Amino acid sequence: MKHGKNISRILAMSLAAVLGVSMAACGSGGGGGGTNATAALTAKGPIKIWYSNNQFEVTWGKAMVAAWNAAHPDQKIDAQEIPAGKSSEEVIGAAITAGNAPCLVFNTAPVAVPQFEKQGGLVNLSAFPDGKSYIEGRTGALADQYKSSDGNFYQLPWKSNPVVLFYNKDIFKKAGLDPEHPKLATQAEFLDTARTLVKSGAAPKAIWPSPSSDYYQSWFDFYPFYAANTGGKQLIENGKSTFDSPEGKQVATMFQTLYKENLASKEVYQGDSFAEGKAAMSLAGPWAIAAYKGKVNWGAVPVPAAQATPKSYTFSDAKNIGMYSACKNQGTAWEVMKFATSVDQDGKLLTGTGQMPMRKDLTTTYADYFKANPLYTNFADQAARTVEVPNVPNSVEIWQTFRNAYSKAVIFGNQSIDDAFKESSAKIDQLASQK
Amino acid sequence: MSLPTQQAGSATNRIRGVAGRPGRRARRNAILGQQPLGLLFSAPYVVYILAVLAFPLGYAVYISFHSYFFTAPGVAVDRPFVGFDNYVTILTDPAVLQSFANIGVFLIINVPLTVVLSLVLANALNRVSRLKTFFRVSYYVPYVTASVAVIGVWLFLFQQGGLVNSLLGPLAPHPSWLTNSWLAMPTVALYVTWKQLGFFILLYLASLQNIPEELYESSAIDGANKWSQFWNITVPGVRPASVLVTLLATITGANLFTEPYLLTGGGGPDGASTSPVFLMYQKGILQGHPDVAAALGVVLVIGVLLIALIQKRLVGGKEE
Repeated sequence: MKHGKNISRILAMSLAAVLGVSMAACGSGGGGGGTNATAALTAKGPIKIWYSNNQFEVTWGKAMVAAWNAAHPDQKIDAQEIPAGKSSEEVIGAAITAGNAPCLVFNTAPVAVPQFEKQGGLVNLSAFPDGKSYIEGRTGALADQYKSSDGNFYQLPWKSNPVVLFYNKDIFKKAGLDPEHPKLATQAEFLDTARTLVKSGAAPKAIWPSPSSDYYQSWFDFYPFYAANTGGKQLIENGKSTFDSPEGKQVATMFQTLYKENLASKEVYQGDSFAEGKAAMSLAGPWAIAAYKGKVNWGAVPVPAAQATPKSYTFSDAKNIGMYSACKNQGTAWEVMKFATSVDQDGKLLTGTGQMPMRKDLTTTYADYFKANPLYTNFADQAARTVEVPNVPNSVEIWQTFRNAYSKAVIFGNQSIDDAFKESSAKIDQLASQK
Repeated sequence: MSLPTQQAGSATNRIRGVAGRPGRRARRNAILGQQPLGLLFSAPYVVYILAVLAFPLGYAVYISFHSYFFTAPGVAVDRPFVGFDNYVTILTDPAVLQSFANIGVFLIINVPLTVVLSLVLANALNRVSRLKTFFRVSYYVPYVTASVAVIGVWLFLFQQGGLVNSLLGPLAPHPSWLTNSWLAMPTVALYVTWKQLGFFILLYLASLQNIPEELYESSAIDGANKWSQFWNITVPGVRPASVLVTLLATITGANLFTEPYLLTGGGGPDGASTSPVFLMYQKGILQGHPDVAAALGVVLVIGVLLIALIQKRLVGGKEE
């Protein structure tokens, strides 16, 4: 009994403490609200930045930082790779909440920008006197896709990895297909080629897009084909979803056929199915050139539309630069942004990583590079015709809603495409209209 | 057993007589108990529980009743009280309801299987005289190995072209295990049972050491066979361990996340292996709706507590 009384006493005291501390914590938060926001825009001094942990980008990042630090000893950059986590977006989101985000992150995913903005975690780059003009001047017409719903820029467009269709020439040859002139100009040809590849036994699967439920997986199966099919439509335009349309359903039906006929797998592959010869084709960006070098005898074609087109669109797979509101020396951070996206630094990024700086006149500005590296020329050409994820509220939830509907109807065939797209487009319209 | 308590009581009476201030001491005892040092010694753990468990839980309850999202420090936003709105949102979401049904299937398979297999194997291991350490380590290795590392082996076993389907030949299920809406969650449950078995076997092994060997000897003299000994001596003898194993298996099972995330591509096929915690991660972390995720978490905590209470009554029997 005494033991029981002691436990009760401890529990009661603990409960009181918990409620007290919780309520105290609930009372905090809020208040303040960027009283020094204007002053911070011009403040100069040392800053912290994060860049991707991709080895090529790390090399570029270190060189860029060294160049800046040598010229600005009083405004030094302290740089590090983005801390490990399930995804960069989770890490950045947590850092925003904790108030310890760095000044700049050279790996900000456009899909996360609306959420970071809502959290009050991003600095409005249009607030810098030359912010808007610099972004639009360097990026050209593509910049519009990165404008937020209030008309301001909260991200500086940086680099894209336009998604194209890679194919394994050796597997094509084994299947009796012409590896130099593959029949992949239309979606019907793509489907026929996929059938030939699998029926011939040349590869277990024609293509192996990940069937997982991750919200971003649709960027590497449905979305590039949808962009190609629609001449560059985003999933949402003018606040309304666009995919519940003949073009969207046509792409969905094509993928449904791939799954039904076992030309694509419903199972997650642990590893790289294309590099390991388990799939004959893959959707990837120019980063794959270095990754598949010496491993796969590959070719690449633009993502096919329903009708053959010389100028097809695709998904950008872009990463941008964000400035975070915890930054005290935002004046320096803005100068670093401009330095890191100068013609010189963009050129170094291109030569070092093979990723495409999002700049107008890319092929002419860096003509020497593309002459020496013809494999990258098609990607540069494609970079001018890319589609970004829509910059709308609830962006991640919207993509998850789409992914769930796509999985249900297309991958696992548990609902008709008509019903799934109709239901999800209504829900997505509602999400996009929320603030 | 009662002697030390009596001694302590009489000692207290002697002290009380000498001190002559029974009222003050009684008040102190009422607040701090007869052994105030006990509170001091338990304080570090209590502080730990408060900081790591109780405070977040209390805060989660608060969040679940408000329209809440995480912001940068100093950002002023409205977080109005919304009553049960977040609870209504999750309880009318078909994906959430399906996740609870999924976890129900998981627990129905995982918990009994864990209890039975770990008890039987612990009993067998307790009687093994050769290679005892080898067997114990063999069962324990999967438990201490990260799921991320072990999952590859299970994918190799249970994928469409995997070892299990190759052995089954024409009897292999179609669609295959991990892409089959009916088999995905049971496969996950089997995986988790196998992975955690080593830990629960250790709990039972410890408990088995408390059963006096004389009980087995005397029952053997009375003519009891092995089954009778197991059922009438071993099972009642390890009842406290059974309660613990059942509760722990239920709690860890209800918090399922890593296995469906990795084994079935994030709760596939088509949500058939989605768990409530996986949805909490999606809604709270990825989608920026911690209020809805907190409501889901609170419902899960209440559900687990209710199940645990029932299990404690059923498995614990009269002794509990």
